[in-house]
Amino acid sequence: MSSGASASALQRLVEQLKLEAGVERIKVSQAAAELQQYCVQNACKDALLVGIPAGSNPFREPRSCALL
Amino acid sequence: MCDQTFLVNVFGSCDKCFKQRALRPVFKKSQQLSYCSTCAEIMATDGLHENETLASLKSEAESLKGKLEEERAKLHDVELHQVAERVEALGQFVMKTRRTLKGHGNKVLCMDWCKDKRRIVSSSQDGKVIVWDSFTTNKEHAVTMPCTWVMACAYAPSGCAIACGGLDNKCSVYPLTFDKNENMAAKKKSVAMHTNYLSACSFTNSDMQILTASGDGTCALWDVESGQLLQSFHGHGADVLCLDLAPSETGNTFVSGGCDKKAMVWDMRSGQCVQAFETHESDINSVRYYPSGDAFASGSDDATCRLYDLRADREVAIYSKESIIFGASSVDFSLSGRLLFAGYNDYTINVWDVLKGARVSILFGHENRVSTLRVSPDGTAFCSGSWDHTLRVWA
Repeated sequence: MSSGASASALQRLVEQLKLEAGVERIKVSQAAAELQQYCVQNACKDALLVGIPAGSNPFREPRSCALL
Repeated sequence: MCDQTFLVNVFGSCDKCFKQRALRPVFKKSQQLSYCSTCAEIMATDGLHENETLASLKSEAESLKGKLEEERAKLHDVELHQVAERVEALGQFVMKTRRTLKGHGNKVLCMDWCKDKRRIVSSSQDGKVIVWDSFTTNKEHAVTMPCTWVMACAYAPSGCAIACGGLDNKCSVYPLTFDKNENMAAKKKSVAMHTNYLSACSFTNSDMQILTASGDGTCALWDVESGQLLQSFHGHGADVLCLDLAPSETGNTFVSGGCDKKAMVWDMRSGQCVQAFETHESDINSVRYYPSGDAFASGSDDATCRLYDLRADREVAIYSKESIIFGASSVDFSLSGRLLFAGYNDYTINVWDVLKGARVSILFGHENRVSTLRVSPDGTAFCSGSWDHTLRVWA
């Protein structure tokens, strides 16, 4: 491994880390609250969560046996 | 050395010497340029003063990593499941296999839903790609790829085409036609070219662009019509195994996961990695955005699934149990994001309460590893594909 190859890769890594360090962050408590809020707000539309009336789920309706 | 092996062939005029060479992205004061390898090396050594050596660069990298962890830890004031204590617990779930799709001759490796919430495309180790009507279980189209191990397949947003690829290192697009006289394989269009296997592919918001992930360590964005490479994404230190596009409201980013245990979030326009997460202890097999776009989940060979919040810039939940020792191959959220479905190599599917961190259900049925899992576009069902040659639709 030539020292030149490592140098450019390390420089790229340092640049990348500087970029990542500069990201704006919010507190976990706030982020968690917003994730929870999204869940609660959309829970009623989530068929797998609350179940929808048997008739309206195309996969749950009884399929007629095709004995033709 | 990793970087040299995984470069995609982007040929063009070097931004420094203007010679026609194979180019790699280089960052100068946060601006991305394309240099040939000679100019990139010259630039790297140019920047080094007498006192600076490889060692000092390495220690700068280490101290930056430490600083990053410190910054992230400062905001870690509470756990997600603590915030979720006030939320109602989930009741019992009754989820059963409602349809079984049989027809593949070997392991099912990948599947995708059509936007019509009914059709499914699946691909297999035997080289076959099949389009099914999941309501009737009929096969509507079938094509045989020239390679085995078709590890990736995707449905176009319009429903008029599918994309697939695998050991052929390519991603090909097949228009779907109902004309019985037309041979699907004849209309095949080769879009992406990687230097190693294709592990994942996804159309962007239109039929015109495809995002691919490859064993060569890169992701790439392609124009379907011309086959031109629009953007390449370098940064993973090993094979990239999965990717997922952010829900359209939140903009042009996507997340990828790889064998280097890292999950990376990319800006599609600049090609830059904007956030990276390295908390898994093994390969990341699957990544999926939370429906709001503010977080994503990952499934890994370390037998855990984890939730990463993008605005808090850290992992906020781990979904694991001592009794689960096999890797998670595939994850997806229910419509509201409350449930996380994960398919495992021990043939089961575990359903997790995303907020509370607890497992709410375990689904049996497959007779071999679950390799792929997707919730339908309207959230009424989810489909799993397995090494037992079948796909199951659960609701």
